[in-house]
Amino acid sequence: MTASPIFEVQNVCFEYERIPALRGLSLTIDRGQSVALVGANGSGKSTLLRMLDALCFPSSGTVSFCGDRLTPEQLRNDDYAISFRRRVALVFQNPDVQLFNPTVFDEVAFGPLQMGWSSADVIARVDETLQLMGIPHLRDRAPYRLSGGEKKRVALASVIVLDPEVLLLDEPTAMLDPRSQSQLIDLIQQWKGSSKTVITATHQLEIVEDIADRVFVLEQGSVIASGSPQEILSNSELLLRANLVHAHRHTHGEMTHSHPHLHSHDKHEH
Amino acid sequence: MRRNRAISSTLVGLTRALGHALVSEHVARQPGLLQALDPRVRVVGLLALVLAVTLSRRISVVLAMFCAAILIALLSRVSLATLVTRVWLVVLLFTGVIALPALFLTPGDAIYTTAIGGLRITAQGATTAVLLIARVETAVTFTTLLVLCTPWMHVLKALRAFHLPQEVVMMLAMTHRYIFLLAETASQMFESRQSRTVGVLDSATQRRVTTRTAGVLLSKSVELSNDVFLAMQSRGFRGDVKILSEFRMCAWDYVGLTAFLAVGAFAVWMGRS
Repeated sequence: MTASPIFEVQNVCFEYERIPALRGLSLTIDRGQSVALVGANGSGKSTLLRMLDALCFPSSGTVSFCGDRLTPEQLRNDDYAISFRRRVALVFQNPDVQLFNPTVFDEVAFGPLQMGWSSADVIARVDETLQLMGIPHLRDRAPYRLSGGEKKRVALASVIVLDPEVLLLDEPTAMLDPRSQSQLIDLIQQWKGSSKTVITATHQLEIVEDIADRVFVLEQGSVIASGSPQEILSNSELLLRANLVHAHRHTHGEMTHSHPHLHSHDKHEH
Repeated sequence: MRRNRAISSTLVGLTRALGHALVSEHVARQPGLLQALDPRVRVVGLLALVLAVTLSRRISVVLAMFCAAILIALLSRVSLATLVTRVWLVVLLFTGVIALPALFLTPGDAIYTTAIGGLRITAQGATTAVLLIARVETAVTFTTLLVLCTPWMHVLKALRAFHLPQEVVMMLAMTHRYIFLLAETASQMFESRQSRTVGVLDSATQRRVTTRTAGVLLSKSVELSNDVFLAMQSRGFRGDVKILSEFRMCAWDYVGLTAFLAVGAFAVWMGRS
């Protein structure tokens, strides 16, 4: 049985005030797939995620979700927009952007309230989500008083409370200490195993094998390669070209030579 | 320290503002008389007392209300030191300036004549000035107790119960939320500037530094507001604000509300001229 595509992106271009961010980018993501979008800073990962979440729209090309083309007109339709927002959720790179409510409870309750859920359902679901994320003690805290790891957890809770089909994660492990990173990877792995589509933008190659079964490499706003994590991570030339690894110089006796250099959590490769 | 005073004083101001916010948050979490009441009761009750103080025309009644404010503060674990530094001295300074002319300008029986200029202080003038200062001190103390003992969001939610438009509530809540983030950013920017500054900056340069920092901060806040709007949209925001109200009144809240209203009504009755 072949999986049906959940997102189809065809020849998409996008500019920020005449500065191109995406240049003719195309890719297809299947339902239930765990995908990593890897690329250096400025390669277009965040823009692509925002486009998949219908927060911005291509200047040319098309983005489709379950066969429906995502356009501003389509998202102006209340019924479609509510259904889409219920099914697709984005966790922003900067949690302060996402945590705009005065308390953690209000933050997690924001999405369900916009969906028109009853107060009793909202309260029950929010409490359940806070338990699931291991943060019930933060319920009445103000987001600006939380640590980076706690903010990230609350940001995740604020989207998974809706139990979306598709999770879009923008640099989820950025600015986290190793323990919080590991806990977050565990969570992503749980979602991976629960038939949800998880799309993660990252430039941390060491987490790619843990969180994805397909990788797209982005460079200057277009996809330059795709494949399994093993295929991508073993292609040093590709990683060097995409600025994901750096050349490392060694001196052996009187001879100096250089080669690509990649760190990962259980190995240190040359 | 004279050098780079603008940067240093801005840093001190920002740090103090953040510190005040932390103190308020800490006090609001303490168990106490006001903290045990429903936020709506706190808002209605304390505002009723403010109204009663404003309507009272007798100094004795206003002073009795001031004593009641101190009692409520102590039972709500608000330190008198906090009230002295954050309320009483500041109010005395500002209201004193306003009340001062009343001492000399109000016609009546002279109780003192100044040696220089022969200005007459009248009994009626002194009474007016003391009444004005006592009223403002008491009213501001009640208002401060409300703010100190109630998380800002609860104040806003309580106002929602009185049909303040949801958009206004949301706007105030988000302002409160992001003002700390921007204050922290500003603080870090000034710290960074100070760590890279050697020698003394003349005042023109200091003004330029401050202006540029304000400009950068404004750009950052615009960018932040755009991103926040996208984050709201991403979670289903369609222009209509929906906020959950979790408040539930219990017997103790009704007792508290009745007590506040009774004291307020009694003060108005006793304070008639």
